[in-house]
Amino acid sequence: MRQDQKVVNADYLLFDAPRKESFITGSEAVAEAIKRANIDMAVAYPITPQSESMHLVGELYAKGYVKDFYRAENEFAVMAAIHGASLAGGRVFTATSGPGTLRAMEMFPVWAGARQPIVCAFMCRGVSLPPSIQPENIEMAMLLETGMMMLHAENGQDFFDMLLKAYIVAEKPDVHLPVGVFADGFFVTHTRDKVMLPSEDLTLESYSPHCAPVPAFNMETPPIRITRDPLLNKSNFISYAANASWHQEVLAASERARKYLNRYLNGLLEVEKPEAKIMFAASGTAVSQCREAIRRLSDMGIEAGLIKIKSVRPFPEKELREATKEAEWIFVPEFNAGGWLAREIKAALDRNSRVVGEPRVFGGMTMPPEIIIDAVLKRLQSSDVNI
Amino acid sequence: MKTRVITPADVFEKYLPEEYRDLVDRGPYLENHGVAGLGTTKELVEQHPHCAGCGVSLGIRLAAASLPSPEDTIIVGTPGCSFFALAQTAVNYSNTAFGNQNAVASGIKRMLQVRHPDKNKDVIVMVGDGGIADIGLDLTLHSWFRREKITTIMLDNEVYGNTGGQESGMSKIGQKLNMAPTGKKFPKVPVYDMAKTAGCAYTARVTVASPYKLEKAVRKAVLIARNVGPTYVQIYTPCPTNMKFPSNGTINVAKEAEKEYYSFDEYFTKEAEQYLAEQNALKNSQGIDEK
Repeated sequence: MRQDQKVVNADYLLFDAPRKESFITGSEAVAEAIKRANIDMAVAYPITPQSESMHLVGELYAKGYVKDFYRAENEFAVMAAIHGASLAGGRVFTATSGPGTLRAMEMFPVWAGARQPIVCAFMCRGVSLPPSIQPENIEMAMLLETGMMMLHAENGQDFFDMLLKAYIVAEKPDVHLPVGVFADGFFVTHTRDKVMLPSEDLTLESYSPHCAPVPAFNMETPPIRITRDPLLNKSNFISYAANASWHQEVLAASERARKYLNRYLNGLLEVEKPEAKIMFAASGTAVSQCREAIRRLSDMGIEAGLIKIKSVRPFPEKELREATKEAEWIFVPEFNAGGWLAREIKAALDRNSRVVGEPRVFGGMTMPPEIIIDAVLKRLQSSDVNI
Repeated sequence: MKTRVITPADVFEKYLPEEYRDLVDRGPYLENHGVAGLGTTKELVEQHPHCAGCGVSLGIRLAAASLPSPEDTIIVGTPGCSFFALAQTAVNYSNTAFGNQNAVASGIKRMLQVRHPDKNKDVIVMVGDGGIADIGLDLTLHSWFRREKITTIMLDNEVYGNTGGQESGMSKIGQKLNMAPTGKKFPKVPVYDMAKTAGCAYTARVTVASPYKLEKAVRKAVLIARNVGPTYVQIYTPCPTNMKFPSNGTINVAKEAEKEYYSFDEYFTKEAEQYLAEQNALKNSQGIDEK
């Protein structure tokens, strides 16, 4: 924070503080969130489409909003340095994309296992399958079981709010886990959008390591000898049990986050027209594409509803079952070839033959509403469901 | 502040294990007796599960006895043999992934400077040769390029011990090891020389056969890292298990190495020399000579 900023409580900053409209890119929305997040340290490494956001965070450091900042040598080193900085008891931030995410992969379970409230932004893009810098969110599939909580932003407003909310939820003593905030690269990072911002003179309260369920490494915390996150490689039952129970506690902490996510995100998902026979379930920018498809379908006399999934980990299984009670078809449009969201949804629902993992685009292809509508019409023609 | 962290609250004291109370009463936190005091005082490393005659555990024991401020020290390690004794060393110890140690240490050091700018907090990387010379070489060098104020100590047993005796970059040329079935094809990675050109303010090369030299090197390395810039100490810690020599031969093997290729060496930048000269001038009255 800067001396001219005023520390306010999280609820005031997020819910009550007056907001003004701005017209900014997703990358700028990241910087606006970090400006108000009272960050101790950020570490950066360039990769498209993330780079601009960390340029801006670097400028925040130069202006005194962030206390330490440097450009590291690669993403594994970034995530390791962020891990170290968090172990020493401060609030940290970084961001990456696609191949950078995979380069750093080993560190994400380390963050969760070490119970660190690290917030990392992921500006999703293709990985080398074959190489692509274009929008695609296959990297989210690869992060599903890292123990990290995962929020998926639809637009710049979501990105701004979710980053601040991520710190608040991550730092709850009964949670204290890392949060990844994901946005689809280019579509969100490089396009301008209306974003409502509270005053830049306001900032979150600073992080206190005393809210952590594990001691900070600062040599100020008794006892004098602390070994954290040790390698349990003794071959005996006690070692296995210690490791397994710690892992269970990480998963339980993520479950305990649901009540805070419900409060701050206003639900892990949002539903429009739950009575509709045709539902779309999506996350990220695919939600925006569904909105337009739903409008056009309505013009054609076909009513469809929408489920916007905001939290991917923890996953809203119960809410999804409730929201799809009336649905005959659940279309899951995705920006990746793997269809990880459709799989997650299928695993959560009964009668899951209702789930249609279409359309899917990747390699940088866009998802015009026409192909979403086509997917629906094709299914309707080949079925006897009366809509 | 130091005493506050070490001393347990009265109400808790009786619940603490005897071994911990012993550390508080007679440990080396506020007064470290150094290598000369080993065997007469409560040590930071009192037991370990290493093989008989292990050079790594001896290196850790000597280095721990040499720390100028163990109560304000955190050691960053990696998986590998060194982990076993370090996890039982009575200082803060962090161990995460393999090869990331100097990046983790950079983050810890910087955050400690942000949060406790007026205090000395020593961050020491203490890991094996594979962790530095192979899998972590890039992150190690970059921490030196950036002039991070951390001490890096290599426990060089010239082999991957914990995974079962494989060739490492620090193995000698020609050495037959697992994954080097016809002998190693290239010489030891010159990490020691690289440290000088990469920006270390102080480097030392030493073996466990010279405990007093080792003590002075570690002490200087920590103090210079605290005040000047990155430092590097490379300690030869022979491995009887994988090199197949008798477990009572460790010191002799290290002594032979000192004659052949592991001679004692020290390097200072001008700033490091100047710092030590100032310290010596300051401490002459107290009879302590840093160099």
